[in-house]
Amino acid sequence: MTLIRGRRILAGAMTLVAAAALAACGSKTTDGNTSAGVAADVSGDTVKVGLLNSLSGTMAISEVTVRDAIMLAIEEINAAGGVLDKKIEPVGEDGASDWPTFAEKAEKLIREDRVAAVFGCWTSASRKAVKPVFEKNKALLFYPVQYEGLEQSPYIFYTGATTNQQIVPGLDYLKAQGATSLYLVGSDYVFPRTANKIIKAYAEANGMKVLGEDYAPLGSTEFGTITNKVKSSGADAVFNTLNGDSNVAFFKEYKSAGLTAATMPVVSVSIAEEEVKSIGTQYLEGQLTAWNYYQTTPGAANEKFVAAYKAKYGADKPTSDPMEAAYVSVYLWKAMVEKAGTFDVEKVREASDGITFEAPEGLVTVDGATQHIAKTARVGKVGADGLITEVWNSGQPITPDPYLKSYPWAGGLS
Amino acid sequence: MGPGGATARAHPHQQFGVRTVTVLIGQLFTGVSIGAVLLLIALGLALTFGQMGVINMAHGEFIMAGAYTTYVLQQVITAAGWSLLIALPVAFVVAGAMGVLLEFLLIRRLYARPLDTLLVTWGVSLILQQLARDIFGSPNVQTRAPELLTGNIALPGGITVANNRLFILALAGGAVVALTLALRVTPLGRRIRAVVQNRDLAAVSGIPTARVDRMTFFIGSGLAGIAGVALTLLGPIGPTMGTNLIIDAFLVVVVGGIGQLKGTVIVAFALGVLQATGEYLTTLSVAKVMVFIAIVAFLQWRPQGLFTLRTRSLA
Repeated sequence: MTLIRGRRILAGAMTLVAAAALAACGSKTTDGNTSAGVAADVSGDTVKVGLLNSLSGTMAISEVTVRDAIMLAIEEINAAGGVLDKKIEPVGEDGASDWPTFAEKAEKLIREDRVAAVFGCWTSASRKAVKPVFEKNKALLFYPVQYEGLEQSPYIFYTGATTNQQIVPGLDYLKAQGATSLYLVGSDYVFPRTANKIIKAYAEANGMKVLGEDYAPLGSTEFGTITNKVKSSGADAVFNTLNGDSNVAFFKEYKSAGLTAATMPVVSVSIAEEEVKSIGTQYLEGQLTAWNYYQTTPGAANEKFVAAYKAKYGADKPTSDPMEAAYVSVYLWKAMVEKAGTFDVEKVREASDGITFEAPEGLVTVDGATQHIAKTARVGKVGADGLITEVWNSGQPITPDPYLKSYPWAGGLS
Repeated sequence: MGPGGATARAHPHQQFGVRTVTVLIGQLFTGVSIGAVLLLIALGLALTFGQMGVINMAHGEFIMAGAYTTYVLQQVITAAGWSLLIALPVAFVVAGAMGVLLEFLLIRRLYARPLDTLLVTWGVSLILQQLARDIFGSPNVQTRAPELLTGNIALPGGITVANNRLFILALAGGAVVALTLALRVTPLGRRIRAVVQNRDLAAVSGIPTARVDRMTFFIGSGLAGIAGVALTLLGPIGPTMGTNLIIDAFLVVVVGGIGQLKGTVIVAFALGVLQATGEYLTTLSVAKVMVFIAIVAFLQWRPQGLFTLRTRSLA
């Protein structure tokens, strides 16, 4: 019968699709070359750097803006004479929101283009995918996004916040506001799962109750059930570690269910100005975010950054924390190279400790021991105009502590 | 909820009373609305795959075309409510026209070669995805929902029913009724059924089967466009949104049984409720696995699907 035959063919097709997907996941890891690193090619008038961001797929909503900010910093530096008298030549690659692709492209940037440093990655999954590539080739990655901590690669500089500079201050803020119970919602990958482990340890030590935790696959757009669970839990606040445009679906559903910032506030750690704009202010007004920088952060350095960004990309384009951290990372790399007097990776690393930069978010200092940077923590509220205004800050830069060694309650983690 | 909630862990089987009923009804509604989405994305396929036997892997991209149509219309007509209403017929025609074009250019040459149809339409789906990327850019886009559809209706007992999901439910119901009527009552519907039941006899009786095929494909693809419009109310619009939906759509049609609509409707709602219940009791990923296992088990028991169409066709 044709119907049965049709179904068999269909089954074959599905197997084919699944096999192709599996092959794509399995085969693209790096081959086992035991090289001692590839020196950057700095023989000409220029020095190449790699830009590795998702320009397509579910993460593109966020990562395209990071690419734009890196390009702005490179242009500014080139206009001012470059680094060690060499102009920076950016080489861009698309990670396509797919972690094996990130690893493949990182390998290509290091070995074929022989770049002096790579700027990029957003999700921790992509960072974990490229980490062995950078370590094997002894090449440098500057990672500009807040993340879950518990990591310290000698070949990665982390210019976004680690947990004690973002999530822990965010929790401190909620506690001070009187929240005693939380509901955790996140994307299903390493950052939200690790972050929630930390949040649960914090909650236990601070007398807060975690009433539930739920994860949705990256790119998931069905949040009916999760919203029902959140609503019926009656939690004081929701801690949201969703990434990418799942946030669009989640906040649409949240509003449809009649939940608001007044009845059950959501604290997000992956929603910045750009995401607010694309999710829609109508869904986010009054909700909280924890970051280190907002477009509204006062100071001359930020005014200059915002003006330059808008002049280049359009007056309606907001600036955000990851963009700022990415912009800063290029300047920090420049300062390290100039202090070392060479592009040599090991020398650059040695020179990194104590380097400071008057960043748009305020003064930042590189901590050579952890290769993270000291930053000021901030909590902000989404306004009707789509911008985020600060409601609290830590007063001074917080020393990075990726393994939370100075927090007794975090003893069981790692 | 009251402060008393802080002491009890808010897990489903540890709380009873009013709250449990509220949650149950809320979850039932969520399940039904997931079912409505499944139904909308599978309905067009129930025609082109179920009735005509064409495995069209580009069906998901017709859904995407419907979603992008909504997006484009919203750039032109800024009133969100009007642009959504106008998008429904426009998306139907846009996706339907794409379907007819695909049928006319490729599929009709391949009716005797189902495996080739599958590969060709898969290729078309990849081309359409890239086309969307080139036209609209790689990052996903969003539409603004009309204010009316972002709210909810509050029922007694703290139950809320989201307006956008009600709208999708009504849309799915309307589409099923319209399609059933069209197949039962109109001359075109009679011809479609005649061709499905016995193509040769239909042709001998003077029915222009090629034209009927084209019309069937137009309606099936057009329904995908309508599904695309509905999906803009729930989530973002992107070049790959179709690929995420196509497997679900095929599952619903295969499990429902090929050749009629009744099975598709029942299975869409059954899977929706199963998914919502599973997700509530466990997690989203486990629920997905549960649904797949249930489908595999069901097809072992009834490989022909829930209902089958009895035909006199010898094929």
